[in-house]
Amino acid sequence: MKRGPLTRVLGEHPVGTAFVTPYVVFIAAVFAYPLVFAVYMSFHDYFFAAPGAIVDRPFVGFANYATVLSDPAVRRAFGNVLIFLVINVPLTVVLSLGLSTALNSAIRWRTFFRVSYYVPYVTASVAVVGVWLFLFNSNGLVNSVLGPLAPDPSWLVNSHLAMPTVAIFVTWKQLGFFILLYLAALQNVSADLYEAASMDGASRWKSFLNVTVPGVRPATTLVVLLATVTGANLFTEPYLLTGGGGPDGASASPVLIMYQRGIEQGNPDVASAIGVLLVIGVLILALVERRFVGREDR
Amino acid sequence: MKLRFVSLLVGAFVFLFPFYYMLIGSLQTEPDPSIGGAFPSPGNLTLHNYGEINKAIHLVRSLINSGIFTGGVILGTLVFGVLAGYALARLQFRGRGLVFNLMLLIQVVPFQLLTIPLYVLIVRSYGLADSYLGMILPFAINSTAVFVFRQYFMQLPAELFDAARIDGASELNILWRVAVPLVRPALLTGVLLTFIGPWNEFLWPFLITKQQDLQPLAVSLSNYLTTVSARAANPFGAVLAGACVLAAPAVTLFIIFQRRFISTNLSSGVKG
Repeated sequence: MKRGPLTRVLGEHPVGTAFVTPYVVFIAAVFAYPLVFAVYMSFHDYFFAAPGAIVDRPFVGFANYATVLSDPAVRRAFGNVLIFLVINVPLTVVLSLGLSTALNSAIRWRTFFRVSYYVPYVTASVAVVGVWLFLFNSNGLVNSVLGPLAPDPSWLVNSHLAMPTVAIFVTWKQLGFFILLYLAALQNVSADLYEAASMDGASRWKSFLNVTVPGVRPATTLVVLLATVTGANLFTEPYLLTGGGGPDGASASPVLIMYQRGIEQGNPDVASAIGVLLVIGVLILALVERRFVGREDR
Repeated sequence: MKLRFVSLLVGAFVFLFPFYYMLIGSLQTEPDPSIGGAFPSPGNLTLHNYGEINKAIHLVRSLINSGIFTGGVILGTLVFGVLAGYALARLQFRGRGLVFNLMLLIQVVPFQLLTIPLYVLIVRSYGLADSYLGMILPFAINSTAVFVFRQYFMQLPAELFDAARIDGASELNILWRVAVPLVRPALLTGVLLTFIGPWNEFLWPFLITKQQDLQPLAVSLSNYLTTVSARAANPFGAVLAGACVLAAPAVTLFIIFQRRFISTNLSSGVKG
C-alpha cells in the first residue's frame, strides 16, 4: 500500500485517535491534572475559598513539608504503614503462593476452593469490617475461643495489636486476588522442569523451591508491588475497624491523616504534602523491592 | 496429597466462616458472641434486624444510589472503554504506544493519593458535591477493563477486519457489527471487574455526599456503624444485616459468573 505523508504523520487509521480521545481526556482530568495540582498545592498556602472568589495563595516553599515532618501524628502514621507492610507483604506472598500451588494440582472441589478464596476480595470492606468488629470484640467469638489466652486489652483496642490486626484483616481480604495472579503465573511454568526435578530425585518441597519459586518470580514482583500500593492506600480499615486509627493513633494510616488534615481541618495544602511524601515513599519501596525480589539474572 | 487438601480446606474455612457468621448474626435478634451463638437453633432466627437497619438508613434508597453509581461507571466503561480497547488493539494511529503505556501506568497509581486534589476540584471548583455525576466521574472508565477489552480484540483474526475494510465499512461499523458480537465474554468480564470497584468503594462517595438520600449503601452503613456503635448496647444485629445486603449482590454475581473470573482472563496481564 502506498503511504502518503499524511498517513506517515497520523498513522494508518487516524480515526483511532478519535476512539481513544474520551479515555485520554479522562486520564488527563482524573489522574494527570490532579497529580500536578497536588504538587502545586503542597508548595502553596492553599485553603478552601468560595467558588469564583479571587484569593491570594502565596508560594511557601517547603513550609507545608516542614509542618508535616514535624507532626508526630504524621510520623507515627508512616511508621504504622511500615509495620503494616512488614506483616502484610510477606504474609500475602507466602499464603497466596502456597494456596495457589495447592489449588493448581489436580484436586477435588477446585471450583469451590477458588470461589471461597475470592469471596472476601469481591465483598465491600465496609460489610466485612462489620463482622470482624463482632468477631474481634473484647467479648467476641475469637476471644471466647481463646479463653484465658485472649489479649487484654482486646485486639482492636490494644495499641500493640491494632495495626497487626488491621494488617491481617487486609491480607485476608486481598488474598483471593493474589491467588488468581499466581494461578495464572503457574500455568506458564513448564511441566518439563518438574519432570526433570523428579528424575533427579528432588522431593516435592525441593522442586517447589527450585522450580516453582523461580518460575513465578515475575508474578511475585507484581504481587509485592501491588500489595505495597494497596497498603499505602489504607483508609477504610483504620477508619472503621479501629474507630479512626485508634487506640491513640496506633493504627492511623497516612491516608487517614490526609483526610483529617485536608478535609476535616481544611488544610488541603498540608494534606497534599503528605500525599506527595507517600508517593515518594512508595516509589522508593517499589525500587527496593524490585531489586530484592525481581533479580531474574540469578 | 492429603496435606494439600487439608490445608485448602482450612483455608476455605478461614475465608468463608466470617460470611457464615455475618449471616447467622444478622438473623438473631441479639447476636450471641459465645461459641454456642455460632450454631443457633433455627427457631431463634428472625428478620427483625433487617427491619431495624431499614428504619435507620433507608435501605432501598441506599441500594438505588449504589446501583446508579455502579451503573454509571459500567456504562462509561462499556462505551468509552470498548472504543479505547478496540483502537489500542486494532488501529494504527499516532500516540498509540503512549496511550497504552499510560493505561498500564495508572493501574499502579494509588487512587487515594488523588482524593485531596480531586476533592478540591470536583467539590470546590465544579460544585459537584452531592451529585451522582461527581460520584461517578473519577471512576468513569475502568482501566483494567480497557486492558481486558484490548486483549480480547487482539485475539480476533486480522482477516476479518481486512475483509470488512475492503467492503468499505467504517471503523465504527466494524467495531459495532463485527468485533463487539465476537467478544461478548470480554464484555461480561469487563462488567464484572468494573462492578466491584464502585459497588464497594467507600472513601470517595463518603467524601462528596453529605446528603443522606444520595449516599450509596457502603457510605450509609458505615455512618451507621460509626455513630450508632458508640451508643447502642448491641448494634451488631442491624450492622450485620446491612452488611449482608451490601455483600449479597457482589457475592452472588461472582458465584454465578465464577468461570468468567479465572486465571486465564488475567494471565496476559501477568505475562506482559
